Amino acid sequence: MTDPARRDTVVRYSADVRTNHWLVALCFVLAALSGLALFHPALFWLSNLFGGGPWTRILHPFIGLFMVLVFLALSAKVWDENRIGAADWQWLRQWRDVVNNREERLPEVGRYNAGQKLVFFVLVVCLLALFITGLLMWRSYFTLPVSLVRLASVLHAISALVLICTILVHVYAGFWVKGSVPAMLRGTVTPGWAWKHHRAWFRQITHAANPRARSD
Amino acid sequence: MPLQSLDIIRRSATTTPSPEVRGSYAGTVAKLIDTTKCIGCKACQVACMEWNDLRDEVGTNFGSYQNPADLTDRSWTLMRFSEYENPKGDLEWLIRKDGCMHCADPGCLKACPSPGAIVQYSNGIVDFQEENCIGCGYCVSGCPFDIPRISKRDKKAYKCTLCSDRVAVGMEPACIKACPTGALVFGTKEDMQEHAAERIEDLKSRGFDKAGLYDPPGVGGTHVMYVLHHADQPGLYAGLVADPHISALVRLWKGKAKPLSLAIMALTALAGFFHFVRVGRNEVDERDEEAARASLEGSRKPEMRP
Repeated sequence: MTDPARRDTVVRYSADVRTNHWLVALCFVLAALSGLALFHPALFWLSNLFGGGPWTRILHPFIGLFMVLVFLALSAKVWDENRIGAADWQWLRQWRDVVNNREERLPEVGRYNAGQKLVFFVLVVCLLALFITGLLMWRSYFTLPVSLVRLASVLHAISALVLICTILVHVYAGFWVKGSVPAMLRGTVTPGWAWKHHRAWFRQITHAANPRARSD
Repeated sequence: MPLQSLDIIRRSATTTPSPEVRGSYAGTVAKLIDTTKCIGCKACQVACMEWNDLRDEVGTNFGSYQNPADLTDRSWTLMRFSEYENPKGDLEWLIRKDGCMHCADPGCLKACPSPGAIVQYSNGIVDFQEENCIGCGYCVSGCPFDIPRISKRDKKAYKCTLCSDRVAVGMEPACIKACPTGALVFGTKEDMQEHAAERIEDLKSRGFDKAGLYDPPGVGGTHVMYVLHHADQPGLYAGLVADPHISALVRLWKGKAKPLSLAIMALTALAGFFHFVRVGRNEVDERDEEAARASLEGSRKPEMRP
């Protein structure tokens, strides 16, 4: 489907998806910085960004809760297109071709490639774990058996580590595959971009009945 | 810190040495609680309230002389009453003065994320510096004895200070001063161990052959020690932990996990940078755009046919 305003571009992300994505991203940055401040003494200075130690302790859980909420909304929008199929496993098996930019050797990719789908599901699992363990650790509102809180604290830290590393990969991948960041900022990609990186999706949206193609 | 004390051997969330030129050359201090001499009068509780200006809420009777029911942010010490029927069928009233044990290896300090909110002085006292406390409650998770309490009023953690303010100026803790039976004594840890040994010998000669000193090695020993008639069963004394140690989960969380996690994050970021250096960006060129245009035209033709 082509953007009526700019005929040479293809709409990849609707304004709603873009807004939702950046809300999640903003929450992630704030939650990660405040969480790291509480995790490692070498990073305690990050608590200054939030108005000091007590404010960091107060804000972190609320930022986290808000992140879970906005991520729920985003995942409802993109869940269907992140289902993993046979072609995705083939794509993952050829990870060497992926990281070496030999995209022509890979199976044709739909709206999201297997790497993006993996990021999505790691986020689902991590945020679920962070949400549950975070509630267990939230002493302002919950007082639970200490052995449970200890276990929750360790799992919270591990999930956060996995999440942060996944997001680092996600951010780099956005930079690596040129045009991805503008796509998420302005919503559009060039036809060549869609052709090169998501050919199955390109065929799907340009073939035959254009009005039926989804734009989100 | 309000007072520059120069004798801090450990400080929470701090990796460089604290001001520690002043040592405790006369030895570390210890409070010895002789449960066999305690009559449960609670003078120690009152003295603690008085010296520290603490007034807890008046609770309700729950069928025990124990009052209040539990340690709180404003009750830093508490006589715990246990009724024990010994194998001979006699009742023994076991009274244990509960409060911070001042571990040599403090779990609270290990868990605390806020620099300087918990300090350990060279004399062995573990002290909370509430002005640095952020109220996260990690000390509660770290403590093997369930001692710290977070105040509902200010969300700060509180516990027995071993009257660090009194000890610093050469006085004994307030509870010691108030004890009428000599169940509480205070001095160097060495002296207290010697005193305890005499007490235990005496107890053994009077039929308490399992009498012993509670100075658990799992936390490096404590600066509050108990003489127990039944040292083989500390659990009889209102659930005193038999072999306390910092939980393996806390040691993982506040030990290896910290540097390891930062290293993994740094390596992930570096991997991205070197991928860019070695492989470079994945860019679309004019051939891709042409191919896309060709495909677009190819797909439009059939549409126009009918």
